[in-house]
Amino acid sequence: MLQDKDRIFTNLYGFESFSLPEAKKRGDWVKTSALVKKGKDWVIDEMKKSGLRGRGGAGFPTGLKWSFMPDPEKSGRPHYLVINADESEPGTCKDRDIMRHDPHKLLEGALLAGFAMGAHAAYIYIRGEFFNESSSLNKAIKEAYDAGLLGKNAAKSGWDFDVYLHRGAGAYICGEETALLESLEGKKGQPRNKPPFPAMAGLYACPTTVNNVETIASVPTILKRGGEWFSSLGSDEKNTGTKLFCISGHVNQPCNVEEEMGIPLKDLIEKHAGGVRGGWDNLLAIIPGGSSTPLLPKDVCSTIKMDFDSLREAGSGLGTAGVIVMDKSTDIVYAIARLSYFYMHESCGQCTPCREGTGWLWRTMQRMVTGNATIDEIDMLYDLTKEIEGQTICAHGDASAWPIQGLIRHFRPEMEAKILAYRKQAKVA
Amino acid sequence: MKPKFEPNAKYQPKEFSFKSKKKIKDILANYPSNQARSAIMPLLDLAQREVAAVGAKEKKPYGGWIPRAAMDEIANIVGQPPIKVYEVATFYSMYNLAPVGKYLVQFCTTTPCWLCGSTKILEAAEAHLNIKMGESTKDGLFTLMEVECLGACVNGPMVQINDDYYEDLTPENIVSVLESLAAGKKPTVGSQTKRKGSMAITGPTSLEAEAKKAGVV
Repeated sequence: MLQDKDRIFTNLYGFESFSLPEAKKRGDWVKTSALVKKGKDWVIDEMKKSGLRGRGGAGFPTGLKWSFMPDPEKSGRPHYLVINADESEPGTCKDRDIMRHDPHKLLEGALLAGFAMGAHAAYIYIRGEFFNESSSLNKAIKEAYDAGLLGKNAAKSGWDFDVYLHRGAGAYICGEETALLESLEGKKGQPRNKPPFPAMAGLYACPTTVNNVETIASVPTILKRGGEWFSSLGSDEKNTGTKLFCISGHVNQPCNVEEEMGIPLKDLIEKHAGGVRGGWDNLLAIIPGGSSTPLLPKDVCSTIKMDFDSLREAGSGLGTAGVIVMDKSTDIVYAIARLSYFYMHESCGQCTPCREGTGWLWRTMQRMVTGNATIDEIDMLYDLTKEIEGQTICAHGDASAWPIQGLIRHFRPEMEAKILAYRKQAKVA
Repeated sequence: MKPKFEPNAKYQPKEFSFKSKKKIKDILANYPSNQARSAIMPLLDLAQREVAAVGAKEKKPYGGWIPRAAMDEIANIVGQPPIKVYEVATFYSMYNLAPVGKYLVQFCTTTPCWLCGSTKILEAAEAHLNIKMGESTKDGLFTLMEVECLGACVNGPMVQINDDYYEDLTPENIVSVLESLAAGKKPTVGSQTKRKGSMAITGPTSLEAEAKKAGVV
């Protein structure tokens, strides 16, 4: 179990105020300028050494991503850091805690990351529903400006750096990085084709890097304690450091907690969330990484480690580490059908397979919930997910397909039983 | 589902002007001078808030919503054709395009909240106010709406009422939240079971020293 001395987010639960004097006591904004003065190559190298992978779901190595930004002297255009705070993946509520309880970690990280990629400005795109969180963040930004930590010669580092907050307005798709950029430009949040990648043409067609809140907020601690400290934690060299886990659903004590990457799922639930309601044997399935990752049945949950590669091998993913626990009382077909409704509601409508397909998935899943279907429609449903997956501009189509694929893979007998029961009752041959 | 945008509906006022010119200036200052279009979203939000504030002052039976005239005004400010504002306003779920109740009660019913009993919360509210999802009370005080994940999953089931989250709900405490709002009082925002943030209800399983120092345990 991770020791408190190795935790990055020491004010996760808001025991102390988020404001600057207390944040400084927790170590934020200490020696920031010394880190900047070591130069951008040092910062990027240290991030690469740490092995930090993006915490927004895709798990792309952060240092590598930053190194894709062109040389600011040659690009001749402004560079932007955009922080993705559009946390909307069902099961995930970690960035919210960082923004309301530890916003200075995010701001300090923004300065360091911005410096490393040659950006003088950062936009934080926060989901619109997080109004109180955006107020805390706004206060923190003002405190930082008043103390000279942002603005001209930010934190006496010699680097000019501005941070702006942009509130979204209720669109899950804006968590997709190019949809987010469109939204930031004052348009509908519809994802862009890649290439060009944001590092070449992002916000206002300028070089841009989009990073998750947790990623950026981890940066100051990683640089202060060294990449080697971070990479010494975790399960292997590709799955390093600490991670915020959100444990929701049928557990005795749902909570957020920072734990070591690679902690066994069972330990995570039993040590921090008070165990599954009614005991481990009452477990039915777990969605390990937010709604778009396929669910895992109980026998897999008993042994699986919570890191990117272990979960990928098990046919799922770490995603945002939003752990949704379902006990045996759950109507598993409805639980996944409700996610299908979510993906239909949140489809931006740009690509036909997703716009039309998510509606088909929801309508078919509704019939699967009551059992008003035929057995071969399960295969048809699976085929349908394959017609959506990989056929769209962004991963929203994939995300709508995966939960259903996971359901069919692990709970086909339950789906068939519902159909047989319905047909028996309706006296259909 | 949000109400449909009906640009020529009877309730649409003919004119709209922003109360705070300074706020408009502050919003525009956040973006490069040739990128005023970026200000569309914050200006829509500002319009919705100003309508709510004026409505409350004049004791009108509605909360924040965005009239078409406001969208046209925003198009003027950012130098874009009105359609560019309409398409943004209709795309995002938080912009109300028709009058809604003074308290817009948004129930999260996505899987994590559903697992924790959001259906019972929603039924309790419907029974208490005697209206269904998508409807408003006759006095214009409450509108009930079902929404997608609001990102407070470990504190589910939860609702958002205007700007505030009410978490760890039971069929009983949702009714008391609604009762105190109706009585003009301000109920405690956040956890309704006095839980500290997203910490486990029985006490922290990490950061115990910090919790002790802060007097939480």
